[in-house]
Amino acid sequence: MTLRDILNKLLRRQEASANTARERLQLVLAHDRTDLSPDLLDQMRREILEVVAKYVEIDIEEGAVSLETEDRMTALVANLPIKRDASGALRTKELTDDSESEPSKEN
Amino acid sequence: MATNTRIILICSGKGGVGKTTLTANLGIALAKKGISTAVLDADFGLRNLDLLLGLENRIIYTAQEVLEESCRLEQALVKHKQQPNLSLLPAGNPRMLDWLKPDDMQRIVSLLSEQFDYVLIDCPAGVEEGFKNAVSASKEAIVVTNPEVSAVRDADRVIGLLNTHGINPIQLVLNRVRPKMIASQEMLSIDDVTDILALPLLGLVIEDEQVIVSTNRGEPLTLNGSKTPAARCYSNIASRLHGEDIPLIDPSKEGSGMRDKLRRLMQTKIF
Repeated sequence: MTLRDILNKLLRRQEASANTARERLQLVLAHDRTDLSPDLLDQMRREILEVVAKYVEIDIEEGAVSLETEDRMTALVANLPIKRDASGALRTKELTDDSESEPSKEN
Repeated sequence: MATNTRIILICSGKGGVGKTTLTANLGIALAKKGISTAVLDADFGLRNLDLLLGLENRIIYTAQEVLEESCRLEQALVKHKQQPNLSLLPAGNPRMLDWLKPDDMQRIVSLLSEQFDYVLIDCPAGVEEGFKNAVSASKEAIVVTNPEVSAVRDADRVIGLLNTHGINPIQLVLNRVRPKMIASQEMLSIDDVTDILALPLLGLVIEDEQVIVSTNRGEPLTLNGSKTPAARCYSNIASRLHGEDIPLIDPSKEGSGMRDKLRRLMQTKIF
């Protein structure tokens, strides 16, 4: 946060554009470097969530899979919050037998 | 015979970022240090290096005639009058677009490296045939980019390709830097670009109207000891390329008036 940022906030002016440029670049480069389109990434995200959901109960809505780049390395980062029950224990499929909370049928 | 010739590709992916201007200025600056230098215009479809060096009326032969053995290398090389340590070799002329293959490029460069200490290859824009030909003959590379999203994206693509071709080292030149825009945070900063591209910074060039004046005249800024910001930047880059330890110009210190001081205060990080 710089003095200029504060001034811009106070005057309700638009944020300076360099930051936007940096963020847009980081995103587009992550896709360029992996050759993954947003569609394919979304499909992969859904499949990863399905697989993980077979073993632990996760919050499908909160789950995020994204590409992050640092130096010339690009990493696929999945952030999948696992639901806890009232006792604080992780709810794995073996522990939870109440079928109402199961997001999908297993076969 | 020079055995340790440095063969350096100057490339960018995107057109118009300043490859040819950098090649011309580096060529002159190295020659002024007494280093025998050849600049090879690999962009022969749209060749311009001759124009920037003021040598456009002196080209008779190109590398193609040399390879066909219809002339000797010495006949095709155009020596710069004021800096005879610098010679230009056009790879071909625009009418013969399809002749050059990676093999041809390698043969030309190996001929040049027999008599020069530095061979600077001005790469065509894009990542197609012309680029591949030029890469195949190069050992090191300088990637030129501007602090703009399109130029940085294309530079990233080119760096990936250079890596797969085993080019090493690859260094970055950030061209057309506008200190005032960086100060008002309306332009990607030096750190932004080096962080994103993860390349060592060989140097930056401050945006300078004198560059246009010098191209109008066909006299690179480094030729006549000009002290304008871009001229100092180009000389520094040449010295660093040659192994001298010269600190980077700090763009935020380029202005010293009240307005510039206020701008600097405004970009101080508070938290």
